[in-house]
Amino acid sequence: MRLDLKLAERWVRPRSSVLDLGCGDGEFLAHMQQKRQVTGYGIEIDPDRINVAISRGLSIIQQDLNLGLSRFADQSFDYCVMTQALQAVAAPDQLLLDMVRVAREAVITFPNFAHWKTRGYLGLLGRMPMSEALPHQWYNTPNIHLCTFRDFEALCAQHDIRILSRLAVNDNHQGSFLMKHLPNLLGEVAIYRVSRLP
Amino acid sequence: MTSTVSGTIPDMPDSGGTSGNPVDSADSVDASGSIDPVKIMAIPNSARAFDSVGLVAPQQLAFEQPLPLRCGRTLPRFDLMIETYGTLDATASNAILICHALSGHHHAAGFHAGDSKPGWWDACIGPGKAIDTRHFFVVALNNIGGCHGSTGPTSINPDTGRIYGPDFPLVTVPDWVNVQALLADRLGIDVWYAVVGGSLGGMQALQWAVDFPQRLRHCVVIASTPRLSAQNIAFNEVARQCILSDPDFRDGHYLAQQAYPRHGLILARMVGHLTYLTDEAMGDKFGRELRSGQLNYHYGIDFEVESYLRYQGEQFSRRFDANTYLLMTKALDYFDPAQPFDNRLDEALSRADCRFLVVSFTTDWRFAPARSREIVDALITRHKPVSYVEVDAPQGHDSFLFAIPHYVQAVRGFLQAGRQTGGTHAA
Repeated sequence: MRLDLKLAERWVRPRSSVLDLGCGDGEFLAHMQQKRQVTGYGIEIDPDRINVAISRGLSIIQQDLNLGLSRFADQSFDYCVMTQALQAVAAPDQLLLDMVRVAREAVITFPNFAHWKTRGYLGLLGRMPMSEALPHQWYNTPNIHLCTFRDFEALCAQHDIRILSRLAVNDNHQGSFLMKHLPNLLGEVAIYRVSRLP
Repeated sequence: MTSTVSGTIPDMPDSGGTSGNPVDSADSVDASGSIDPVKIMAIPNSARAFDSVGLVAPQQLAFEQPLPLRCGRTLPRFDLMIETYGTLDATASNAILICHALSGHHHAAGFHAGDSKPGWWDACIGPGKAIDTRHFFVVALNNIGGCHGSTGPTSINPDTGRIYGPDFPLVTVPDWVNVQALLADRLGIDVWYAVVGGSLGGMQALQWAVDFPQRLRHCVVIASTPRLSAQNIAFNEVARQCILSDPDFRDGHYLAQQAYPRHGLILARMVGHLTYLTDEAMGDKFGRELRSGQLNYHYGIDFEVESYLRYQGEQFSRRFDANTYLLMTKALDYFDPAQPFDNRLDEALSRADCRFLVVSFTTDWRFAPARSREIVDALITRHKPVSYVEVDAPQGHDSFLFAIPHYVQAVRGFLQAGRQTGGTHAA
């Protein structure tokens, strides 16, 4: 399982309810169901991935995340998880607000566009950045709303969303001491746990 | 069979009709509308195919007990025609009930001796198919009120010794579900592994989850709706008026008077049939193609699509009873499981205790995806385990009769997952 998923897993309490946005083939949900007995739904748009997830015995709803989460009631889940999808949706700010509306806590991971390698690509080479976290060319990337640690935190502040935890990771390494203190420069992937509850 | 050629009109476009065969029936019709006289009497090769249940034979079960109905009346006794495929396991835990749609019946899969066309849902039932008869014991029946061997308007009323005709009570979806529960008792099935249906069949599956929550573990609702819209009811009313206004209808006593409202039934089917198709699919198949290559400036058949529709109506009128058609459309109109619960579907479904799979098709405008999403949303509101897939398919409402890969895979995966996990709730 991807590192950001492994880390996100730590934050989810046993037997809680989870809404997994962009759940793919359901790897994370299936894992959480086995290890932590969580209940909940995955949302996915790709039919092949949906079918893999369904055959794992998961509850999967086919839906475009760009349509928002209006079908889910306020505070109807313990956690709303979205890994590596925030940057690909049409209105990340609205979706973030929706996530903290439907769940007590939202767990979000995204590629950090201010990572030093990314800066180098753009600053030194003058090319659109590519990396393991950003494997696409500029013309075929689904990532239309890339952001940085700082951008994300500014958005949260703007909407009174509290940041409960933050992790910075690099490829497959968990954050070092330096990364913890300079996440925006050294963290390739950002992992946040946020809430709008007091 | 994977007859999923993009943009084609199903050749057996028939929500639960008798044929599931891709043989192009419409094209084998001559201008006068009569059928190709060649009738294949041998066992078709497709019955021997590795994924066919092969030759099958129906059974008739007699229920010598009064059956109280929603309408307030009681049937003194009734017969059910059923077919089964696969083997019931020792604990009777692998049984799947197939509920049929408006014009369907017990012959869902395989071939009857002498027939060249398989059962109406052969695309999805068989060894290795979506509903895999290597693992499951599949039960299909003809609902009461039908005209394929179960007690219905063409049966003899034991109280009068005469054909029921229009005096057959108006049965509803909950009545059918009651009867299906009696059938389960008779077969020794306490709990269905799954109840599955498309269209009107999906409504029965949904009603099962509400009425007998402890008697099913999985519920598969395909191309269905929690209740008919005004437009849906309007189309049904047009169909009914076609039949009721035929002079040969004789207030429903046509059989007793050696008449038959053939024309009314043809018209009813033509209008119903239209709602199963899509503009795009009809455009691809017929476009504005002319029957004789030119406009004839008369009111006979100019366009191919006219000939096709007439043929479909014609065929249907030969194998269907007009009173049954009226009854089925009313059962559709009356279906509303939320009504007894303050019109709250989530309240109705709050008692459900099974896993759900809801399937819709993008081009289905009869029961559009939005209607399926109503069911899904009600289940989510109650945190019930549900998966929902919206299958991109060109065949409109009839899509559910075809082995469309994403659809078949979803149903197969959903049913198989429960076998492995024992069906624990995920939500």
